[in-house]
Amino acid sequence: MIPLSEFKEGERGVIRQLNGSGTFRKRLQEMGFIRGSEVFVEKYAPLRDPIELVIKGYHVSLRMDEASQIMMEKLEQEQK
Amino acid sequence: MKKETITVALTGNPNSGKTTIFNNLTGTRQHVGNWPGVTVEKKMGTVLHNDHRLQVVDLPGTYSLTAYSIEEIVARSFLVDSKPDVVVDIVDASNLERNLYLATQLIEMGVKLILALNMADVAQSRGHQIDAESLGTLLGVPVVFTIGTKNQGMKELLDKVLEVVEDRDTVSRHIHISYGHEMEKEIKKIQDVIWKDPSVGERFSTRWLAVKLLENDAAVQERVRSFGEIGEEILAQAEASRERLVEFYKDDAEMVLTDQRYGFIGGALKEVLKVSTKSKLDLSRQVDLFLTNRILGFPVFIFFIWAMFQLTFTVGAYPMEWIDAGVTWLGAVVTALLPAGLLQDLLVNGIIAGVGSVIIFLPNILILFFCIAVFEDTGYLARAAFIMDRVMHVIGLHGKSFIPLLMGFGCNAPAIMATRTLESERDRLLSILINPLISCSARLPVYILLAGTFFGASAGNVIFSIYGLGIALAIAMGKLFSVTLFRGDIAPFVMELPPYRAPTLKSLLIHMWDRSQIFLRKMSGVILVGSILVWVLSSFPRSPDLLRGQAVETGATSATQERVLTAAESQRSASASMVDENLKSSVANIEMARLENSFLGRLGHFIQPIFAPLGFDWRTSVAVLTGFVAKEIVVSTLGVLYAAGADVNEESEALRRSLRASGMTALGAYTLMAFVLIYIPCLATVAVIRRETNSWKWTGFSIGYSLVLAWMVSFLIYQGGKIAGLG
Ligand SMILES: Nc1nc2c(ncn2[C@@H]2O[C@H](COP(=O)(O)OP(=O)(O)OP(=O)(O)O)[C@@H](O)[C@H]2O)c(=O)[nH]1
Ligand SMILES: [Mg+2]
Repeated sequence: MIPLSEFKEGERGVIRQLNGSGTFRKRLQEMGFIRGSEVFVEKYAPLRDPIELVIKGYHVSLRMDEASQIMMEKLEQEQK
Repeated sequence: MKKETITVALTGNPNSGKTTIFNNLTGTRQHVGNWPGVTVEKKMGTVLHNDHRLQVVDLPGTYSLTAYSIEEIVARSFLVDSKPDVVVDIVDASNLERNLYLATQLIEMGVKLILALNMADVAQSRGHQIDAESLGTLLGVPVVFTIGTKNQGMKELLDKVLEVVEDRDTVSRHIHISYGHEMEKEIKKIQDVIWKDPSVGERFSTRWLAVKLLENDAAVQERVRSFGEIGEEILAQAEASRERLVEFYKDDAEMVLTDQRYGFIGGALKEVLKVSTKSKLDLSRQVDLFLTNRILGFPVFIFFIWAMFQLTFTVGAYPMEWIDAGVTWLGAVVTALLPAGLLQDLLVNGIIAGVGSVIIFLPNILILFFCIAVFEDTGYLARAAFIMDRVMHVIGLHGKSFIPLLMGFGCNAPAIMATRTLESERDRLLSILINPLISCSARLPVYILLAGTFFGASAGNVIFSIYGLGIALAIAMGKLFSVTLFRGDIAPFVMELPPYRAPTLKSLLIHMWDRSQIFLRKMSGVILVGSILVWVLSSFPRSPDLLRGQAVETGATSATQERVLTAAESQRSASASMVDENLKSSVANIEMARLENSFLGRLGHFIQPIFAPLGFDWRTSVAVLTGFVAKEIVVSTLGVLYAAGADVNEESEALRRSLRASGMTALGAYTLMAFVLIYIPCLATVAVIRRETNSWKWTGFSIGYSLVLAWMVSFLIYQGGKIAGLG
């Protein structure tokens, strides 16, 4: 498992575990960050923080220290 | 026709189209206000449908009803306490999975629910096929399709509302989302305790209460505690159940419940949603790759902001001139119509001039809010926050706080109102508190006057340094407040980036008008009172000379003319060619004497000792006092007090000469500029702060801290400068 903050643009993975405080985890979960959800890293902001993700078909941004709380399993890149 | 009104609450995720549908339904029969105690907008309106009167309430957009943010608290307490007859959950059909999460919570609350699958057009263009009938059956909730922007599905929605209210529809039934054997067992245990007191079950869904207690929901716990003895028993059972569940699941119950709800949604969607993967080019994504591009993102953002200011201040300058002319004209008309005297003076110099000085900002405010509405409705505001967040985070603020701060360079009043786009109360307060440090355009005349007088060619740099000082202080104060006053509870940044949309003109105009209207309505009251107060302070006690003058010259048409005549009498010995010049200066002298003798002048003398360490004399002290109404007034007060006449502006050579002659030094001038920059925002801004914080405490704090800060910074500059030999 690696934290989401170490993903590069265009990579995708599956959420395995959420760390962090109760409020934060709950908020993330309610927005769809639950175990087993697939996440796609759309892009980083110009200053490399925050990060834009696609999850459950919508776009959402997280700060890097928040993304580092999300433990992921990387999925193989699709063949182009 | 039925007598009683049916209350319909619109809920839904942010950006799902609630307000659009609300506007469609209610048209102009709507009322915008605030929810009690918070500055979350409350919109209500009425609809007549098939002889029924429906009262529609637009609830704030939320992703859930957990009661973490003010929006959630507002939405939830409305649903729980006001018990609307029907709740319409506006769902973004192109983003069903996450949107249905809120629906599961509403189902659990046991409210009469209707799902409006809005943005049906977007869903279709993305190749989503939704089997609405099956979805309705699975959830036990009637479903209608709507397209808010095209006004489609509104009649069907209203028909459905009536059906549900009258229990005529066939789909509605109460379903239970199953949370798994272990969880259900604990829910049952809690419910068993609750049922001991039947009166509780009558008021709330017991299952909802049980689930909320398992989720450790503070608001529900509070309420249960108020049930008395039975409440304590319920809470004890809930606590025991939570502990058991943590043991079993190795995770908090609320996490498990959320998981299960998404599990339920996932299961339902498998049956009702078909996505035909015609991979159409996603336009919104392409646009975004450009607008938030690593290299182009900032330049594009800066360009938009620049364009906004250009529009606001260049285009806005024309209507401003008209308003200015209108106010002047009105003043002249009143002067001509009314006999000279107190009433005329109050109307013309107090009320018309005072209120006029604020109304003149209306064009700026309209344009600024229009631009903000465009940013918001197109989805660009979220992108601006996205690229600016790293910068704003340094002062402990959200990326979205950037725009209100920037607007402060124009005028702090609308800028502070723009903090409404921020979701967290903490960010909002913090942005409001530091906003007045951003130097607004009304302060510029003061800088131009002082810097132009004392710094000659380097005036530009000096003014620039004052702006820099303001920014530096805003950053420092932001940092200071965020580590002292607002420690902890930084809301997670988790921010949705909605797809770009072409906004409709109608919604832009409604958006703009909603906010501008608040400015007009609330401001006019405060400004009126404030203007009258300053007028009273500067007009009383009436100086005996002038009273005599008035008694003699009752036929004169204006107070000014009177003064001229009075002055002329005492100047009769002067040579004919000098009359004009002398006349002017003696009028000014009389005006100065009058002001010195007024309450305001006496107040200036009285507080002057406080300002002495900053090098201010009594006249500067008075100018600073009047600057409270609006900062540009400092210039005209200085004009009066330094005997150059009231009709001076920042370019006036006479005023510059007398300022230089008065013994003010460059250092003193710079100190005064710094003071004007920092101390109390103007009356309009204070009124907006009061309104937006909804608290006299924060308003008082804002005034207090800016005064103290202004004094300290000015002290450092003045005394430091003197030690460095600049004085
Ligand atoms: N394509 C499309 N756009 C829509 C539809 N309904 C609303 N919109 C657009 O979606 C955006 C958001 O609509 P709003 O009505 O402001 O959404 P809201 O739910 O009130 O948002 P919040 O108040 O922020 O929670 C606007 O730009 C609307 O023009 C629809 O059915 N189809
Ligand atoms: Mg809305």
